[in-house]
Amino acid sequence: MLTHAARTLFRMALTFLVIVSLVFFATRLSGNPIDFVLADGLTREDREILIRYYELDRSLWQQYFAFLRGFWDGQFGLSFIQRRPVAEIVLERLLPSAQLLLAAMAVTLAVAIPLGVIAALYRKHWIGSAVMTVVFVGYAVPNFVLAVLLVLVFAYWLNWLPVVGNATPAHFIMPTVVLSAVLIAALTRFTRNAMLDVLGQDFMRTARAKGLPERAVIMRHGLRNAGITVLSVIGLQVAGLAAAGSVVVESIFAWPGIGELLVNSAIRRDYPVLQFGVITVAGAVILINAVIDLAYAWADPRMRQGA
Amino acid sequence: MVSLPAPRTPRHPAIEMWIDADFVQKLALVVGAVMLMLALLAPLIAPFEPTAQSLLARLRPPLGFEGARPGYLLGTDELGRDILSRSLHGLRLTLTLALLGATLGLLIGGALGVLAGVARGRVEASVMGAVDAQIAVPFTLIALFLLTILGNSLSVMVLVLGLAGWEQYARIMRAEVRRLMALPFIEAARCAGASPLRIAARHLLPNLVSPLVVQFTLSLSNIILLESTLSFLGLGVQPPTATLGAMVGVGRDYMPTAPWIVLVPAFLILAVTFAVQILGDWLRDRADVRLRSR
Repeated sequence: MLTHAARTLFRMALTFLVIVSLVFFATRLSGNPIDFVLADGLTREDREILIRYYELDRSLWQQYFAFLRGFWDGQFGLSFIQRRPVAEIVLERLLPSAQLLLAAMAVTLAVAIPLGVIAALYRKHWIGSAVMTVVFVGYAVPNFVLAVLLVLVFAYWLNWLPVVGNATPAHFIMPTVVLSAVLIAALTRFTRNAMLDVLGQDFMRTARAKGLPERAVIMRHGLRNAGITVLSVIGLQVAGLAAAGSVVVESIFAWPGIGELLVNSAIRRDYPVLQFGVITVAGAVILINAVIDLAYAWADPRMRQGA
Repeated sequence: MVSLPAPRTPRHPAIEMWIDADFVQKLALVVGAVMLMLALLAPLIAPFEPTAQSLLARLRPPLGFEGARPGYLLGTDELGRDILSRSLHGLRLTLTLALLGATLGLLIGGALGVLAGVARGRVEASVMGAVDAQIAVPFTLIALFLLTILGNSLSVMVLVLGLAGWEQYARIMRAEVRRLMALPFIEAARCAGASPLRIAARHLLPNLVSPLVVQFTLSLSNIILLESTLSFLGLGVQPPTATLGAMVGVGRDYMPTAPWIVLVPAFLILAVTFAVQILGDWLRDRADVRLRSR
C-alpha cells in the first residue's frame, strides 16, 4: 500500500511538472512575450530595456529554470489587466467554482447511481431502454445548447429563474442542472455497465442461494462491487468532464468561478492569469485523480500490486 | 424430405446494414445525409451571402411570424444577415473543420499508436506517457490555452481539433497492432521473408482500417462538440465568418427578443451531433471492436 501510494504521488508530481513545462514552452513558442504586453509604438530602446529587465535575453533553459524557481517560491506573476498577483485572482475564484461543482456532483450521484442500477436490472425491460435513451440525449446535447434553451424557457419566457451570477440559491438551479446533465449521462452509463458485469458473477448467485433478500443481494453484493469500478471512472472521466463543463457553464451564467476567469483571460489575452489558471485546474484534476487512485487501491487490494 | 431454407442471395454489406438497422439508426443516417448535402450545397442553395448585411431588415423573425420580411425564410440577425444562409455556411464550416481535425487526429494518433505497437521499448513508453498526460488534463483547458497563444485562425483551430482526439487512436492502434503481431499470419509473412515495411503495409494496415473508421466516427461527434463549444465561447473562428457554435454564442445576447437567431443553429448542432453519435455507436457495435468511448 505504501509503495503504491509513493508511486502514485511520484507519477502525480511528474505529470504536474510536465504540464508546467509544457505551459512554459508553449507560451515561449508563440514569440516574445514582451510583444503581448506592450502597447504599439514603443521605441527600440524601451523594448531592449524591458527585455533585459525581464531577463528575456537569457537562454531558453535559463528562463525555464527561472520560471520553475519562481513557481517554487510562489511567484506566479501579475495580471496584465488587473495588475495584481495572479494567484490572488485565481484563488478568489476557487470557492464559487467548488460550490457549483459540489452541487453538481451531489445531484449527479443522487440521480446517476440509481438510474444506472435500474438500467442494469431492467436491461431488457422498457424501463431500461427508457433510461438509456434519456442518457443518450443527455450525452448528445451539447451543454451550451442545453444552457441556452433553459435560459430561453425558464428565464426569458417563464421568468422563473435568474441567469446571472451566484447571489441566491435560485441562481444555482440552472447552472447545476446543465453541469450535471452531461455528468449524469456519463456516470449512468458507467454504473449500468459496471452493474451488468457484477450481476453475472458467481457470488451473486451464492448470495441469492443463501436466501438473502433480493434487495440485500443487489445493494450489498452488487452495488458495492460495481462501486469500485465506478469510483475508478469518476476520477478520469468525471473530473475531466466537470472541468470542461465548468468552463462553459460558468461563462454562460456569469458565475464568478475559475472557468469564467479562464475564458475571459483567454479572450482578453491576459496570459499570466490564463497560464496560472490552466496550471491550477490541471493540478486540481491530477490531485483528484491521485486521491481517487489511492481510494481505489484502498478499496480493492488487487490494484496495489498491478499498474 | 427435409426442406432446407432457400439459400440466401448474398447482398452488399451496406444493404445488410440498412436492413438490420432500427428506426433510430435509419433516422440518424437520413439526418446525417441531409446535413451533409446541405453543407456541400450551401453556396448553391443559400439565398444570400452569409455576410451580406441589410440594415433595414435587422432582427426580423422567420416567415409566418409578425414582422417577417419576404425572402428571409428563417429571419435575420442583429445586422440583418439571413439566418438560413448563415446557418448553411456555418454548418459547412463546422463540418469541414471537424472532418479536417478528426483526420489530423487520426494521422497523428494512428501513426504514433502503430509506432508504439511495433517498436515497443522506450518508444512505446514515451508515446504511452504522452497519452497518459493528455488524458490527465481536461482538453478544453489545452484548447483554451493553445487558441490564445497561437491566435485563432482556421489552421490553428484544425490543429487544436486534431490534438483533441489523437490519444484515443494511439491507444487503439497500439492494442490492435500488438494483438495482430501475435497472430500466425504475421509470423508466416515473416517466415516467407517479408520485410518489416512490407508486413506493416500489406498485412497490418488492411486490418487496422476497420477500427480506425469506427474511432473516426466516434471521435467526430466529440470534435464537433469541441469546435462548437470553443466558437460559442468566442474563441473559435473570428467574425464575420461564423460556425454554428459562434452563431449561438453571439445570438445569445438577442435571445429575449429574437430567439430564432439562436434556435436555428442550435437545432442544426443537435441534428448533426445526434446523427454522428448514433452512426458512431452503430458502426462500433457492428465492427465489434472493444473500444472505449470517453
